[in-house]
Amino acid sequence: MSDLQSQDYIRRSASTMTPPATRSHEEQVAKLIDVSRCIGCKACQAACMEWNDLRPEIGYFEGSYENPNDLGPSVWTLMKFNEYENEQGNLEWLIRKDGCMHCEDPGCLKACPAPGAIVQYANGIVDFISDKCIGCGYCIKGCPFNIPRVSKTDHKSYKCTLCSDRVTVGLEPACVKACPTGAIMFGSKTDMQHQAADRIVDLKSRGFAKAGLYDPPEVGGTHVMYVLHHADKPSLYSGLPDKPHISYIVQAWKGLYKPLAVAGIALAALAGFFHWITVGPNDTMREDEDEAAREIRETKEEQVP
Amino acid sequence: MTNTWGDIRNADVVIVMGGNAAEAHPCGFKWVIEAKIENGAKLIVVDPRFTRTASVADYYAPIRPGTDIAFLSGLMHYLLTHDKIQHTYVKNYTNASLLVKEEFSFQDGLFSGFNEDNHSYDKSSWDYELGEDGFAKADDTWQNPRCVINLLKEHVSRYTPEMVSRICGTPQDKFLHICELIASTCVPDRAMTSLFALGWTQHTVGVQNIRAMAMVQLLLGNIGVAGGGMNALRGHSNIQGLTDVGLLSNQLPGYMNLPTDKETSYDEYMKTRLFKPLRPGQTSFYQNTRKLFVSLQKALFGDAATAETNWAYDLLPKLDIPLYDIIKAFEMMNNGQMGGYICQGFNPLQAFPDRGKIRAGLSKLKFLVTMDPLDTETSRFWQDFGPQNPAKSHEIQTEVFQLPVSCFAEENGSLVNSARWLQWHWKAADPPGIAKSDLWIMAGLFQRLRALYQKEGGAFPDSLMAMTWNYMNPWEPEPEELAKEMNGRFLADVTDPVTNVTSKGGTLLDGFSQLRDDGSTASGCWIFAGSFTEKGNQMARRDATDPREQGLSPNWAWAWPANRRILYNRASADPDGKPWNPRKPVIEWNGSKWVGIDVPDYPVAQKPSANDGPFIMTVEGQARLFGRNLLVEGPFPEHYEPMESPVENVLHPKVRSNPMARVFEHDRNNFGKPSDFPFVATTYRLTEHFHFWTKHALINAVLQPEEFVEIGEVLAKEKGIAQGGWVKVSSKRGEVICKAYVTKRIKPLLVDGKATHVIGVPLHWGFTGQARKGYGANTLTPSVGDANTQTPEFKAFLVNVETTSAPTA
Amino acid sequence: MALTRREFIKLTGMGLAASSLGMIGFGASGVAQAAAVRPFKLTHASETRNTCTYCSVACGILIYSMGDKAKNARSNIIHIEGDPDHPVNRGTLCPKGSALLDIVHAPTRLKVPRYRKPGGTDFEEVSWDFALDRIARLMKDDRDKNFIAKNADGTTVNRWTSVGMLAASASSSETSFLTWKVARSLGMVVFDNQARV
Repeated sequence: MSDLQSQDYIRRSASTMTPPATRSHEEQVAKLIDVSRCIGCKACQAACMEWNDLRPEIGYFEGSYENPNDLGPSVWTLMKFNEYENEQGNLEWLIRKDGCMHCEDPGCLKACPAPGAIVQYANGIVDFISDKCIGCGYCIKGCPFNIPRVSKTDHKSYKCTLCSDRVTVGLEPACVKACPTGAIMFGSKTDMQHQAADRIVDLKSRGFAKAGLYDPPEVGGTHVMYVLHHADKPSLYSGLPDKPHISYIVQAWKGLYKPLAVAGIALAALAGFFHWITVGPNDTMREDEDEAAREIRETKEEQVP
Repeated sequence: MTNTWGDIRNADVVIVMGGNAAEAHPCGFKWVIEAKIENGAKLIVVDPRFTRTASVADYYAPIRPGTDIAFLSGLMHYLLTHDKIQHTYVKNYTNASLLVKEEFSFQDGLFSGFNEDNHSYDKSSWDYELGEDGFAKADDTWQNPRCVINLLKEHVSRYTPEMVSRICGTPQDKFLHICELIASTCVPDRAMTSLFALGWTQHTVGVQNIRAMAMVQLLLGNIGVAGGGMNALRGHSNIQGLTDVGLLSNQLPGYMNLPTDKETSYDEYMKTRLFKPLRPGQTSFYQNTRKLFVSLQKALFGDAATAETNWAYDLLPKLDIPLYDIIKAFEMMNNGQMGGYICQGFNPLQAFPDRGKIRAGLSKLKFLVTMDPLDTETSRFWQDFGPQNPAKSHEIQTEVFQLPVSCFAEENGSLVNSARWLQWHWKAADPPGIAKSDLWIMAGLFQRLRALYQKEGGAFPDSLMAMTWNYMNPWEPEPEELAKEMNGRFLADVTDPVTNVTSKGGTLLDGFSQLRDDGSTASGCWIFAGSFTEKGNQMARRDATDPREQGLSPNWAWAWPANRRILYNRASADPDGKPWNPRKPVIEWNGSKWVGIDVPDYPVAQKPSANDGPFIMTVEGQARLFGRNLLVEGPFPEHYEPMESPVENVLHPKVRSNPMARVFEHDRNNFGKPSDFPFVATTYRLTEHFHFWTKHALINAVLQPEEFVEIGEVLAKEKGIAQGGWVKVSSKRGEVICKAYVTKRIKPLLVDGKATHVIGVPLHWGFTGQARKGYGANTLTPSVGDANTQTPEFKAFLVNVETTSAPTA
Repeated sequence: MALTRREFIKLTGMGLAASSLGMIGFGASGVAQAAAVRPFKLTHASETRNTCTYCSVACGILIYSMGDKAKNARSNIIHIEGDPDHPVNRGTLCPKGSALLDIVHAPTRLKVPRYRKPGGTDFEEVSWDFALDRIARLMKDDRDKNFIAKNADGTTVNRWTSVGMLAASASSSETSFLTWKVARSLGMVVFDNQARV
C-alpha cells in the first residue's frame, strides 16, 4: 500500500515532487478557537485523550491548573492559563488551548527529512505518518509553535492529527465536539473566518477594542485559528507567538532537493548535511545559513538518544 | 430549577452567585454563553474567587464567604429605594399588599417570639392579620405600614451600600454597578436568571441565601418568565430524583412528610396538611393531599391499606425529631447509638464534615455495608494509609462488607435532572466480574429479611410483610416495573365525573389529576404520574423539537409536574393574560383558554380574571416576600455570620450567628477562634473532577493530579509561601498538608476596616483511586449545618496556614 | 459557503459549522486515508443511548461497545461521546463526561464482594450468599433488639433508629424507589442522601 499514489496530499515531507492534489473540489478546513468563550474546562484535553487512546502519566501539581505540565507524545492539546491584570487593574484569566496549528506552510513538514513522514492533505490538515517517522526531532525545530514531541518509548514524533480519522467519516474532531461552550468550532476555513468576524464585533461591543483573529500570515495562515480579545498582544496568551516564523534552519532547507538531504541526515548524519548545506543552491542568504548552522548544532545536542 | 437548561438562553442578565456554573456544570453553562452571544446578555459573577465562570463574565465582584444575605438585602434596598421594581407584578403576584400581625417585630437580630432559654421561636406572630372571613387582610395602596412591602423596606433599610461593603468586603462601586445591571430587568420584557448551587446551600443560613435572591427576582418580576427563575444547579445525576422519591429521613415520595409522633392518627396527620386558602376565591392545592397520600399507601401496602386500617397509617414509621440527617447520624454513631450503616454509592468519609469525627463514628459501628462501583475511602476507613488515613486496624471491631455494584452504563432506568426532566437510559454492557445491580442487592436483602422473619418471628414484621412486591422476578425487579409502579395505575374501573370517561382497573394513570382518595388508584410517586402511561414510557421520548427556539423541548423526555418546563408560568403573563415579554411568550390567554409552548401552571380554561393567583402552590396564590412561618429563623432573611467567622456581626453584635443553627455540644467545642485561625476558608469543586469519583478515572487524574489549596499573592508573600510549595492548612478539627497555588484570583477583602484573606480548598482527593493521595477538605470543615436543612457549612470556616515540607508516609 | 448568523445559531453548542463535512473532509474517502489515517474505530461498534452519571445537567451520551449484544455475548465498552440529538448538551461533554470511559474501566472498579472481619487488616473475597446472609442476620438482630414500636406516650411509632442508610444519588429513580420501600418496610428513619453535599 503506497501512499505515494495519494490524490489527497498537497505536501509531503522530503519528497521530490508535490503530489498532485487532484481533489481540488475539497475545501480547506479550519478549527476556530474562540478564547473569549473558553472556560478552560479541559474537556478538549479529555476528549482528545479518550478518542486518540492517549494516557500520559499522572503528574504533580506544579503551581498552575496546567496539567500535564507540557505537551507530549501523549498530550496533543493542553489548556494554558495566564492570570493577567489589564491596564484598568482588572484581572483577566486568559486561557488558551494549545496544540498543533496546522499551518498552511508547515515548518515541521519542511524540516522533516523522512520521506512521507509528514503530509498535508488537500483540506489543509497536517498529519504525521508514524511508520515513516525516524524520530530525528527536526519537526520540533521546524515548528514555529513548539508543538511536536518525540516519544521516548518508540522514538516517533507525535502531535494533533486534527482527528483526521473522524474528519474522514464526516465527524468533527473530538475536542470540537466535546467543547461545552462551543468555544471550539470546525468547518471550512471561510466559514470560520466569517464566524470569527461576528465574534469580534460582539467583543468590541463589550469593550475589547483590540479583539481580532489570529491567523498568522507568517506561516501562510493556519488551519487552527484563535479569536483573541487582545489580538494586538498574542503573547499574553501563554506565549502564543506575536509573529511566528519558521526557524532559519528550515528556511535554509527551503527549495532544496530533499531526498539528498535525507541521505545526508539518515545515512551520513549531521556533519554531512552541514557540508551539503554550505554548497547548496544560491537562493539561501548567508545569514540564514549561519543561523541554520547554529541551530543544527543545538539540535544535535538536544537529540533524543 | 424553576426553569430549564435551554431556557437560560432567553435571559438578558445572568447572575452566577452562590455557585460556579462554568466549572461545575460546563454543558449547562453553554446556554449562558448562548444568552451572551445571541441575546446580548450580561453575565455577572459574585464570588470570593475569580472563578472559571468569572473568566467569561462581563462583570465580576468579590465577596466574603458567608455574607450573601447582606449583599442581597443591600440589593433589595437599592431596588426599593430607587423604585426599580416591577409594580404590577409585585402588587398582583406577591404578598406585598398583605398585612402582617401587629405582634410581629424584628429587633437586634431576633424576630418576635424568641425564647432565650431553649433557643427556639414561637412563630405565631409570623403571620398575616386575618379578617373575620378567615382571609388575610390586604391594602393594595401600600399605605398601611403593616403591608409586607413596607415591613420589607424597613427590614432591608439597614443594608446601605456602605454597610454591604463593610460586611461583604465588596467595593461599593462594584456593588452599585451590579445593582444597576440587575435593576435593568425590572421592566416587563427583560429577565434575569439566577444560577446557584452549593455556594448558597452550604451555609448555616443556606435556605435564607436562596430566599433572598428569590425575593429579588420577585421584586423584578423575573419568576415564571422565559429567561428568569431561580435555578438551583443540582450536583449529582439523580439527586433531584432521590429527593423527589423521598429518600430523606423525613420524606415520603412526592414531597409529603413522614408522620411525626404528634400525628397519632391519619386524621391528625391530614388536619395539619389540608391548608385552607388565605385569599378570597383562591383554591388550595393542599385540599388534594388525601388523594396523594392514599394513593401512595395503596402503592406501598396494597390490600393492607383500606379505609378501615386508616390506609395502613401505622405501617409507616413516625419521627420523634424533625430530621435524622447525616450530621445527626454521625453524632449518634459517636455516642454508640448505632449498630449498622449502609452506604449505597455514598462516601461519607470524604463527603461529610469533620473527617476525624466520621472515622471515629464508623469505628464504633458493629457493621458497615458499602454498595459502590468503586473502591471508596469509606469502605476502607479501618485501613492504615499513612497520614491521609491513620487507622489502627486491630482496634477497629467493625465488620465491613464491600459490595460491588453496576454503574450507569450497565443498567436501564431514569434519572431526574436539575430541570426536573425524567430521562430514560439503556444498558450498554454487563458489570465487571460478579458485580450486581443495586436492585438485585436490595431485593436480595429484602427477601432474606422476609424469610428470616417468617421463620423466626421478631419485632413488628407487619410493614415488611405488607410491603407490595408484585414483580415478575421478586429477586430482581425490572426498572420498567418500578417506573410503572411510581407512575401509578387504576385499581378499579373509575369514571371521571367531568368527562364521563371510564378508565379500566389496572391501566396506568395519565397524570396526578386522576388520583383518588377512596383507594381506587395507586401511585408510588404522585409527581411522576404521567411519566409511564398506557402510551408508553414518556421518559424515553426523543423528539427534540423546540418551538420558537426558546429551549423548552417539550417532547424530549418528560418533566414533572405534568411535563411542565417552567414552573409558575402563569406569572409569565400579566393579570390580563398577555405575555409580559411578547418576544418570548411562554403561555397566554387566547380568550377561551391558556395556550403556548409550555403546559400551563394554571387551570387551562380558567379566565385570567379569576381570583386564583399564579402561585397556585401557596394558599394565598401569591409568592411570598414575607415567608410566614415556613423557615425556622425568620420570615425575612437576615445576615448572620458563619459559625466560624473572623469578625463580629456589625448589625447586632449580640446575635452573631444563626440563633437557630443546630449544634451538638461536642461540635461546639470544635469551633476555632479567629485569634488561632485567622483566615477564611471555603471549599469547592474543580471542573476536572466529580467529587471523589473521578480520581479513579485515569484521564481526570491526569488533568488534576494532586491536592492543593489556593492562596492570594498578598497572603503568600506575608507567609513566605512559594508557588507550588508545601503548606499546612489547619482548623480546630484537623490539618491538611498539600501544595499551594499562589494566585492573583483571590485578593484580600477589606471587611469592617480589616484585610481579610480567603483560602480556597478544592475537595477532590483521598486515599483510593489513581490520583495522588490527599487528606480531603473535610478534614478541616466544621460539623454544623443549615438551620432548616442541616446542609453542612462547607463554604465559610476558619483556618490557619503555614509553610511546611512534604508529608512523610 | 458563507453562513448567515441564524444558521449558526442552530449549531450552538456544537462546534461543527454548517458546511457539509463530506465536502470539507476527504471527499469520497480517498486513497490517502486508507493509507495514512488511523482506521475509524467505531465502524463495527454498537451504540447505546445513556445519560452521563455525573452532574445534574444530565447530558445525553452515546456508549459504543464491541459486540452485537447477542444473548450470550459480553459487550465491551470502547468509547463514549456526547449525543448530538440531546437538546441540552447537543453532543458536548465536559472533561468528566469526556472521560467516562475511564470510570467504566477504572482499575479500582469492584468486581467481587469483599469482607473485612472485626480487627482485620485486609479484605477477603466472599460469595454473594455469604455477604447478604450475614448482612440480613446483622440487620435483623439489631432491629429485633432496638426497634421502637411505641414511644413513652404509648403512641405507635414503629421506627428503627439504630441502623441507617445513605442512598446513592447517581442511582436511577427506579432503584431509589425500591431502596425506599426496603428501608421504610423495616421502619428505618436514619435515612438520607447526598442532597446536601
